[in-house]
Amino acid sequence: MLTFTIRRLILAVPTLLFISLVIFLLLEFAPGDPMAQVPLTVPPEVKEKMREALGLGQPAPIRFWKWIVQFFWIEPQVLVDHVLGTSFSAGDLRVISWQTRSPVMDIVVQRVPQTLWVVGVAYVVGILIALPIGIYSAYRQYSVFDQLGTFVSMIGFSVPPFFSGVFVIVIFSVNLGWLPSIYDTTHRVTDWDSFVVQLQQMIMPVMVLALQITAQISRFMRASMLDNLNQDYVRTARAKGLGERVVVLIHVLRNSMIPVVTVIALGVPSIFGGAIITEQVFKVNGIGQLLITAIQANDLPMVQTLTFMFAVLIVLFNLIADVLYGLLDPRIRYD
Amino acid sequence: MTDPRDPESGPDTGHGVLGEPSPLATGALPDPMPSRPPRSQWRDVWDQFKTHKGALLGGIIFVAIVLLVFVGPWLWPYDPTQIDIRARNQGPGLAHPFGTDQLGRDTLARMMAGGQTSVSVGLAAMLLALGLGSLIGVLAGFFRRLDGILMRFTDLFLALPLLPLLLVMMLLFRERLNAAFGPETGIFILIVVAIGVTSWMPTARIVRGDVLALKEREFILAARSIGTTNTKMILRHILPNVLSPIMVSATLGIANAIITESALSFLGLGFPPDFPTWGRLLFDATDYLQQYPERVFWPGLAISLTVLSVNYLGDGLRDALDPRIRGR
Repeated sequence: MLTFTIRRLILAVPTLLFISLVIFLLLEFAPGDPMAQVPLTVPPEVKEKMREALGLGQPAPIRFWKWIVQFFWIEPQVLVDHVLGTSFSAGDLRVISWQTRSPVMDIVVQRVPQTLWVVGVAYVVGILIALPIGIYSAYRQYSVFDQLGTFVSMIGFSVPPFFSGVFVIVIFSVNLGWLPSIYDTTHRVTDWDSFVVQLQQMIMPVMVLALQITAQISRFMRASMLDNLNQDYVRTARAKGLGERVVVLIHVLRNSMIPVVTVIALGVPSIFGGAIITEQVFKVNGIGQLLITAIQANDLPMVQTLTFMFAVLIVLFNLIADVLYGLLDPRIRYD
Repeated sequence: MTDPRDPESGPDTGHGVLGEPSPLATGALPDPMPSRPPRSQWRDVWDQFKTHKGALLGGIIFVAIVLLVFVGPWLWPYDPTQIDIRARNQGPGLAHPFGTDQLGRDTLARMMAGGQTSVSVGLAAMLLALGLGSLIGVLAGFFRRLDGILMRFTDLFLALPLLPLLLVMMLLFRERLNAAFGPETGIFILIVVAIGVTSWMPTARIVRGDVLALKEREFILAARSIGTTNTKMILRHILPNVLSPIMVSATLGIANAIITESALSFLGLGFPPDFPTWGRLLFDATDYLQQYPERVFWPGLAISLTVLSVNYLGDGLRDALDPRIRGR
């Protein structure tokens, strides 16, 4: 198990390097010029100086190498400095955003809490709803409840967030006027009233995201339960005279959770990056919204860093899912 | 051997007339005769498909939507770009069943024009993804030497953050393709290629798995032993047998492509503003959410209904094409 984990970790390094190269090369082809907004009266030699100040003067391989060094060597040092109060990174050049001229990582750190708070809560809520639905649907296969569950999860698959989001805004904000349509990230929770306000503004984005997550995970849970319910060990457990509750909720559920847990782990990266559209609909200024504005403003260092961070998360959680699968299921042996 | 023999029929022509098993044990055993006339595989698939009510309904709705958006504009008198400023912001009425927008353009006509684009993008992107996925899946499954490298390549693509990359691709190549093919064709090509290139991986994996299993079967060995070339082997023996997973991923691919195109249009990175697609119409309608909330519903409903029907269709197809479920 340990050798497998180490081997996968080592394999992840070339994968990530290749992905970063792909992203870098894709952005190299960018037709947009960061100097496009500079007035025409600025003389060309000054413009050239400004380009160099942005780090654009050197050829592409050197810039790629510099970015790699900044991302993998200098940014971790900054983190260590921040936590321990040391000064390893003093004087080193960090990845700088072209929009704000401040380090990209500082902005990311500002934006992460909003995303985590909204999308993370939605993920937890979605899982908590999905598991009972999946279990009961499988236990009473082809019942009315199962058909209804299938229909609701089909809707969750089919209705895109930019429609369901706008739909709930029309109902709850425009017609009923109960909930605010815009998520206010400057809101601070200090007492009970402000907590209620926070809860109100979170309901709609969480609802929209949770519908999608529920649809996906309840399907997996149902299929996994169905696979196990017809197995011989279930018949044995019943023949031993165990209660139905024990058979389903302990014997079957434990075995069915194995693939579901890995699916849940695989979905975690989407918490960070996948909610771009929902964040856009409810104006949550999280990571997704940061990426959209960076793309529109042609802020290449920001786009590059964010996209690469998503890739790191995907590779990491793929690894975690594989390891979890091996840990939870004694039948799986990787060596 | 005690029964008297019919003198006219020799032992070898004992059952010359088919369907009339000879009672005489004259040599080879009589063939077991089927009690029912032979049925083709597709007949069985159709019979199973019919029993899935949701899939049948989904198929009918999808065909209806496709017919409506492609045939409808010939029958409907209004042009999607015709501006009638005096009839602007009308609610649903007799002249305009879905109302008109802020420039007086007929919403039904725009919905049909938008549907043409959305459905065409969905179909074209699905075909591209399917072609790529099947090609890579078959190559990886059939040629052992290519397997490792092609599957690492697939894993690599699966590790890419797709929506951000799609957005970046839209941003980067828009201008160049616009210059080469004109704004509408350029964006169409870009969106189809972008969606196709980022969604072939599941198909490739499923096809590879099936091809690997098929390769161990006897009929492949038989074909190999009579000297079938690799090309013929893939075209005649492998591809027809992996058709069912390909068809199922085709339906899921349409749904995925339609949603992705609408999402891009909704984020303002899709088709140009004067060129309606369902996602674009939805995006434009959100500006008037306070005054005319009903305007959001038509495009949203169209997207959702199309994707829902395609998903149900895929669900039924999966059951119908699975021989283990069929016939129960």
